[in-house]
Amino acid sequence: MGLLQLVAKRLGFGLLALFVITVLISLGVEVLPGDLAQSILGQSAAPDTVAALRRELGLDRPLHVRYGEWLFNFLQGDMGTSLANKREISELIGQRLLNTLFLAVAAAVVAVPLALALGVLAALHRETLFDKTISMVTLGFISLPEFLIGYILVALFAVQVNWFPAISNITPDMPLLKQLYASTLPVAALTFVVVAHMMRMTRAAIVNLMQSPFIEMAQLKGVAAARIIVHHALPNALSPIINVIVLNLAYLVVGVVVIEVVFVYPGLGQLMVDSVRVRDLPVVQACVLIFGATYILLNLTADILSIIGNPRLRHPK
Amino acid sequence: MLFLKEFAKAGWPAKAGMAVILVYLFCAVFAPLIAPYAETEVIITAPWASAEESGTLLGLDQLGRDLWTRVLYGARNTITIAIVITLLAFFIGMAAGFFAAVVGGVTDQLLSRIVDIIMAFPTLFFALIVLSILGTSVPVLIVVIAILDSTRVFRISRALAMDISVMDYVEVAKLRGEGLWWIMRREVLPNALTPLIAEFGLRFCFVFLFISALSFLGLGIQPPAADWGSMVRENAAAITYGIMTPLVPALAIAILTIAVNLVVDWFLRKTSGLRDEV
Repeated sequence: MGLLQLVAKRLGFGLLALFVITVLISLGVEVLPGDLAQSILGQSAAPDTVAALRRELGLDRPLHVRYGEWLFNFLQGDMGTSLANKREISELIGQRLLNTLFLAVAAAVVAVPLALALGVLAALHRETLFDKTISMVTLGFISLPEFLIGYILVALFAVQVNWFPAISNITPDMPLLKQLYASTLPVAALTFVVVAHMMRMTRAAIVNLMQSPFIEMAQLKGVAAARIIVHHALPNALSPIINVIVLNLAYLVVGVVVIEVVFVYPGLGQLMVDSVRVRDLPVVQACVLIFGATYILLNLTADILSIIGNPRLRHPK
Repeated sequence: MLFLKEFAKAGWPAKAGMAVILVYLFCAVFAPLIAPYAETEVIITAPWASAEESGTLLGLDQLGRDLWTRVLYGARNTITIAIVITLLAFFIGMAAGFFAAVVGGVTDQLLSRIVDIIMAFPTLFFALIVLSILGTSVPVLIVVIAILDSTRVFRISRALAMDISVMDYVEVAKLRGEGLWWIMRREVLPNALTPLIAEFGLRFCFVFLFISALSFLGLGIQPPAADWGSMVRENAAAITYGIMTPLVPALAIAILTIAVNLVVDWFLRKTSGLRDEV
């Protein structure tokens, strides 16, 4: 299979998953107990008002027509209106999406170098006290729920010593430094969540690599340790490491939802959770599609980069 | 018996983990007997009264209920639901996985592609969609999470059964005229059991953390039932006053998942030689 075919296959599954989600939601609205127009207007609404709203929302037309129309509009960036407060969804989402991206990027900037450094160090000093300690600590962090990490940080740095705010209220007109300061704790929490996974995967990748025959061969030939790492290990380590980074960035997309709720951060995850609670389906749908598309895109990038970095993957079996 | 003998030789982390698990199970089973108060009983309407003020072990929660009682009942509710979900996920995943591997052909292709689609998307988002359509209730939670989680069980059981179903003894059973269900249960299952047991522990942790996260987001087990994730959420405001109440249920979650991980770690090393972790 060529590179293009592999990528196309992955992209196909991703798009199919997104498509299934949208169909699921459309069908869900259909089988929802009670009529959509009725639930917007409330039980006491006059029947002809409900009928008028049904026409306005287009509910009197068949499902596949409405679905086609929705898809057409969505692809052009028109995501419809929220059921809860009648606002344009694109308007609701805009600033929040930027806030979430800001949080995720800041966490990635801290987490990636830290995790790689720790992972490589642990792998090179395998089975030493350093390696074992770090392995235990990260195993602990993986087992912790994200919100515990968040609240421990709050208890320590916002309550015990009042260094950072417990609630990250950031607004677009705040200067960048102030925004960074306000989001210190969520960024730190997210970093802890991701570093543990990323570090362990990096370590496993490097350990695996250092055990391969060509490294042993180099060692037996008497090549200097530094030269082995730079000339033999590094070129081969590149592809698994890139893979680890991108996979964990995808993981970060999910972790961000819980962390945003902990710190009452005005991001997309918070909006999504609130919308699920009031069952505001169009907003949930838009949020899930944005998160989902990001996730799928990141996974796809990981695939492409690892195939480019490792030609062997282009010829499975 | 053999298990006990082998376990006696395990290192201290695995033994400590097992001890913690047993304590949790004991609390879950006997919560009504150990707990000093009823699950939703309000003692005094003093939110977050400390242990000394209220004369209780851990103080009171946001409505003035005994925190220790709530934690005990939380063990009962949360662990039970997590176990039920994991069992259901394994039943669905293993049945579908073995079936796909033994039958093969179009059935296998179809099931595998469905699983590919579900796994191309984070579990949390799938769950949020379904919950916003159907609303949050315990039966919905159980079925939705079990189905989403069964995809991973499917992958593993299918891969295991693929190797087993080409064995001579399966061929013999087929020639003998045994039915599909009999082959899956009597020939494939016993040979795939060891890796699946280890996976059960890991899946339980995942489900347990997932349901706690959902409850924390207000989308899981609903109040007034005591549940650790919801308890963190309900008491979260206390932390800004320097009261550590929300950390208690959160720690209860963390300690159990770490304990299960320690035991699974031992089991994996024991059964598959030295396996480097990912």
